[in-house]
Amino acid sequence: MRYMLVNMQNCRMVYGQTLVELGREDDRIVVLEADLGRTTMTKLFEKEFPGRFFEVGIGEQNMISVAAGLALCGKIPFANSFSVFATGRPYDQIRVSCIGRLNIKIVGSSCGLSDFGDGATHQAIEDVAIMRAIPNMTILSPADGIETKKIVRAAARYDGPVYIRILRNDVPDVTAQTGEFKIGRPTVIREGTDVVIFAHGYMVYKSLKAAETLEAEGISVKIVNVSTLKPIDEKIIRSMASGTKGVVTVEEHTIIGGLASAIAFSLRGTGLMIEAVAVNDRFGQSSLNYEQLLEHYGLTVEAIVKAIKKVLR
Amino acid sequence: MDLLNKIRQLEDTARQIRIDIVTMIYQAGDGHPGPSLSVVELITACYFHLLNIDPANPRKPDRDRLILSKGHACPALYAALARKGYFPHSDLKGLRSLHSHLQGHPDMNKTPGVDFTSGSLGHGVSIGLGMVLAGRITGHDYYVYVITGDGEIEEGIVWEAAISASKYKADRLIVMVDNNGIQSGGPISQVSGIEPIIPKWEAFGWFCQQINGHDIGQIIQAVDNAKSQRGRPSLILAKTIKGQGVPFMVGDNSWHKRVPTREQYEQALKALGASVDG
Repeated sequence: MRYMLVNMQNCRMVYGQTLVELGREDDRIVVLEADLGRTTMTKLFEKEFPGRFFEVGIGEQNMISVAAGLALCGKIPFANSFSVFATGRPYDQIRVSCIGRLNIKIVGSSCGLSDFGDGATHQAIEDVAIMRAIPNMTILSPADGIETKKIVRAAARYDGPVYIRILRNDVPDVTAQTGEFKIGRPTVIREGTDVVIFAHGYMVYKSLKAAETLEAEGISVKIVNVSTLKPIDEKIIRSMASGTKGVVTVEEHTIIGGLASAIAFSLRGTGLMIEAVAVNDRFGQSSLNYEQLLEHYGLTVEAIVKAIKKVLR
Repeated sequence: MDLLNKIRQLEDTARQIRIDIVTMIYQAGDGHPGPSLSVVELITACYFHLLNIDPANPRKPDRDRLILSKGHACPALYAALARKGYFPHSDLKGLRSLHSHLQGHPDMNKTPGVDFTSGSLGHGVSIGLGMVLAGRITGHDYYVYVITGDGEIEEGIVWEAAISASKYKADRLIVMVDNNGIQSGGPISQVSGIEPIIPKWEAFGWFCQQINGHDIGQIIQAVDNAKSQRGRPSLILAKTIKGQGVPFMVGDNSWHKRVPTREQYEQALKALGASVDG
């Protein structure tokens, strides 16, 4: 096998540790929490920097606007909750912060279906769609622990509003340790010539497994990690797809308004066959484990293989 | 200058701001005269007496801040900023027109001196709290003033903020409620169940005062009292009259958002001691 996908990391833990590192390097970094710090892992920051940690309780609207006030006075606030609450409840507060292009970082933990047990109210499958619709917003979705660290650091350096999706569960490393993360630049994770997969988050790993399966059948699959979901550079997407026979998008998100929409629009007029693997316009539900839930919603290696074969037909 | 003379001067500034407000809305053919006129003394006392600010350096890090959370009253804010010297007074005629820096609701990235982009109601107290917390970490001792509407505090985020500001003992946060008693849809007592206002804020741990919001002396005194408090954020419930200064607008809530005719405009100017030519 060409890929040794053995090292597992917990992105929440990596996130919490990275915040602490950033806190040591830059005293402008402040952290806000809405009573989920034991899960989002901001408790690590709270322990080391209690004076720069603000627990607002269960009130995400207030959290975002307090963060905006801190940003207006030169701080770099990271505001935290589960993805679904971090984006849905304070939508208007985020929107106003984006009108002002404020330097706030909104971090959505337990993104996608990764909070498998808690069910539909806790699973964020439309967060990317609603954040994408807001002008001035930047959306980042790390694929693994390695990229989580780079992305959180890049978000802190970037001056403007950012939404970051953080996975809940341990996931295998798929991205390279070396190389700088650059906002807006998708990266080729695996070279291939027949079909290109655009994926983000944990779905990059699933896509790699699909590519390995198809390699045995003589189908060569390129994989692109679109860890910046906004802004999307159309020119880069088109050049990465050019020369292939078809395109598949894979995302842990509803098919509406996320990666599938962004890629299909970027490739308009190219005549390329496009298929999407995504949650098909429905809410999540509880499950006893993550993989079982992903399987129920069709986010599997088999589904990706099938989509690839479909665009090649 | 002694305080009495200062207050008299501020009262004249308030009168001029009222003239600016009706003129801007008349010229733009759009805007909210009633809620702009009720907030004039609060704005005047803040910008021309209370705030530590420098129009030549609008983003000075250790300045006092003012958030007009009831952003629809921005003609009052714009008039004050222009008269304070943040931008030419002639800019006021651009209100609401395409490419003007004077938007229909305040935009901090367009208008010099505006500290926050408001318009969507309810955000101001939280924003102000964030600013106070930032000042505390940085070691700046500025005050943050937030002016909200009375209908505005029906928004749930205001009470989330009230909890947090109390928890964080934000004694440099001074919230003024422009209590004109009438929101867009009618009297606040009929539209919502927000009254009584002061007991609610007191229950949240705030230092509360009620004043006549058209009495500049009372505004200044109340802010002095607020500043002497330690460990508690302050709320000043300013009893005001919607449309204050323009008699035909008082008691008629159609002036929440309405444009005067030429005749009404002249009538308003006359009531404010001005004429179309002067």
